[in-house]
Amino acid sequence: MTATAVVTGLGVTAPNGLGLTDYWDATRAGRAGIAPVTRFDASTYPSRLAGEVPGFHAADHLPGRLLPQTDRMTRLALVAADWALADAEIDTAALPAFDMGVVTASSSGGFEFGEGELRKLWSLGGRHVSAYQSFAWFYAVNSGQISIRRGMKGPGGVVVSDQAGGLDALAQARRQIRKGTPLIVTGAVDAAVCSWGWVAQMAGGRMSTSDEPARAYLPFDAEARGHVAGEGGAILILEDAEAARSRGARVYGEFAGYAATIDPKPGSDREPGLRRAIETALADAGAVPADVDVVFADAAAVPELDRAEAAAITAVFGAGSVPVTAPKTMTGRLGSGAAPLDVTAALLAIRDGFIPPTVNVRPDPGYGLDLVGAGGRPAPVRTALVLARGHGGFNAAAVLRATN
Amino acid sequence: MTGRRVVITGIEVLAPGGVGVKSFWDLLSEGRTATRGITFFDPAPFRSRVAAEIDFLPEEHGFGPQEIRRLDRTAQFAVVAARGAVADSGLAIDELDPHRVGVTIGSAVGATMGLDQEYRVVSDGGRLDPVDHRYAVAHLYDYFVPSSVTAEVAWTVGAEGPSAMVSTGCTSGIDSIGYAADLIREGSADVVVAGSADAPISPITVACFDAIKATTPRLDDPDRASRPFDRSRNGFVLGEGAAVMVLEELGGARRRGAHIYAEIAGYATRSNAYHMTGLRPDGAEMAEAIRVALDEARINGTEVDYINAHGSGTKQNDRHETAAYKRSLGDHAYRTPVSSIKSMVGHSLGAIGSIEIAACALAMENNVVPPTANLHEHDPECDLDYVPLTARDRTVDTVLKVGSGFGGFQSAMVLARPERRAR
Repeated sequence: MTATAVVTGLGVTAPNGLGLTDYWDATRAGRAGIAPVTRFDASTYPSRLAGEVPGFHAADHLPGRLLPQTDRMTRLALVAADWALADAEIDTAALPAFDMGVVTASSSGGFEFGEGELRKLWSLGGRHVSAYQSFAWFYAVNSGQISIRRGMKGPGGVVVSDQAGGLDALAQARRQIRKGTPLIVTGAVDAAVCSWGWVAQMAGGRMSTSDEPARAYLPFDAEARGHVAGEGGAILILEDAEAARSRGARVYGEFAGYAATIDPKPGSDREPGLRRAIETALADAGAVPADVDVVFADAAAVPELDRAEAAAITAVFGAGSVPVTAPKTMTGRLGSGAAPLDVTAALLAIRDGFIPPTVNVRPDPGYGLDLVGAGGRPAPVRTALVLARGHGGFNAAAVLRATN
Repeated sequence: MTGRRVVITGIEVLAPGGVGVKSFWDLLSEGRTATRGITFFDPAPFRSRVAAEIDFLPEEHGFGPQEIRRLDRTAQFAVVAARGAVADSGLAIDELDPHRVGVTIGSAVGATMGLDQEYRVVSDGGRLDPVDHRYAVAHLYDYFVPSSVTAEVAWTVGAEGPSAMVSTGCTSGIDSIGYAADLIREGSADVVVAGSADAPISPITVACFDAIKATTPRLDDPDRASRPFDRSRNGFVLGEGAAVMVLEELGGARRRGAHIYAEIAGYATRSNAYHMTGLRPDGAEMAEAIRVALDEARINGTEVDYINAHGSGTKQNDRHETAAYKRSLGDHAYRTPVSSIKSMVGHSLGAIGSIEIAACALAMENNVVPPTANLHEHDPECDLDYVPLTARDRTVDTVLKVGSGFGGFQSAMVLARPERRAR
């Protein structure tokens, strides 16, 4: 038998809500967290809107000694992990250390910390570089710091595939559960809302230059003009279903299916890989397209990428025959953090029988999608599909399913 | 479990001392070293001024001017290694269903040379804050997200299956191969082009290791600077490179008559949950990773013929892993040759794990254990057989490879000959 993996805890740091309750209240109500950049002076840049996590003061949540050695993304991740464990009612001190592991994704590491140290290196000299630089900026930092803070000696892991990595991490967590570790802390939190990170992201050519928060990030809209970048994400507790049952845990749902593909080289006439990822993930879950009650779209808001995603969805489900939503229109795109946040929204949609809205978008009928608009949509949800794509052609699809 | 087994059928290595498997193995089996004074930039302001650099000219490997501009050195290494591995495997990869071919590349620090260089430009030498976006190159996003290296490899080999970068610091190269083996075992892919690459010899990396005194400050004798297990060791020597392997499902490899280097028989990773850079002296977590990897391989510890060590040459590491071997293998630890090739090719962070796995496969291929160079006087606390100075002829059927890294990651992999593991 292959072990079933279930989600028992959720910890959220999102631009439209710090903490699970604030995030979900805002998301249900269609409240966005996109606004002019405040974390650095972006006034000279073409892209000046961001999804910044509001009201986060690391010192309120973390011991002072951790602050000088951590980037913002790590502080957010440590707090999200604490909240996820609390939500799952896990007492880490009472469990065998080797029975708990940590697998996260990262897109770009502790970039803001790295910017500060690069500035010292080139303006003041190498001797001014922090002793913490060696581990505050690399991609493995969040898994390492969470495992240390919570005493988790089980399998560690870090997957990097830009936005798609958020789902790859959950799948790797499920693999480790199937290999015998009963509990994995997983998901992703990313943050690169800093001058150097912003310049790097703008260089990708996919960021909106609009200054109107309600008009800047419009996936599947005829006026799509790129995305707004943000920070944050979600940390989840994934457990072996038997272990969760035996401790009487509340279960949000099963991580039931997953697949990843990568697109052919640009310029190829071969089909992109997203359709294949969806079909393989459904097969992995033992599900058929008709089982799926909602699709959480990657929602690039770049016309060519929106076309490719809509084509993959309609090829699998038929035109207009499954509700599609993109709550990330309220947060911006969060690097690896985006997909775990969508998985969180999908599990809450299952719990509440409510599909959260896509805000601000006037859907272009040419895409053939039933996009869930303002107000959201009450609907029974038993099975949800979450899609994520990363720069370079990474595609990932995950199936979440009700367990009751 | 599916019962699917995973074997290595193609290898390519770019390591200090030369590009290609032959020059790599010649260096190791002759016990030569490839460490030297840093030439990539003026190292005078830094504490540690030695490194293991590769003499690599991208023009000589078929890259055009635009590719050379777009691809960070890490990506160049990975692409060259992937190409070579596929050629070595004899696999007609274009005839396979591309959806059944995956790619995993490990890297600890990604495109750090490119980032360092581009930061210097957009900040005008560290003077501008915020930095000036008008000077950013178009491919800066590729440096920002190191997974672009994996995408480049996928495009190079025509893979469209599951693909990712694995980035667990200095165990990335083992964990990437382990991740790939799991993809094949679970049935998500039949072939995975897997390995790791890093090109970290840049001012920011040298400065950050200086700051924690992890790298050696030895200046007098660059080619003898990396001294794992030696009493006089005082830090690692930064290196660079890549190794990529073709991993295949055993049945498929046998049907096509592939040359099989070794089976990936077992793999595990555990965390020390202790410190981002520090190690507890007892090696308990590495020992647990070894125990689980042997268990997955269904191999008894006493069958291990050779241990390819992490052997970074820091004071704490070499004692830590010596303790871990004793803890996991008992008395057999004293009877088993252990060696660190970092004594010869330096420590290339995320790349070294795959480079060392390649060395393990070549040790099996040649029945030769590579030595630990520069080991003249044991640390009394490192009292195992570290194969000093010269390679040793020995039947090598089963190898244990371990790695340890920042973040507390401890990984172990067991390689074996598939015909000796019939189940």
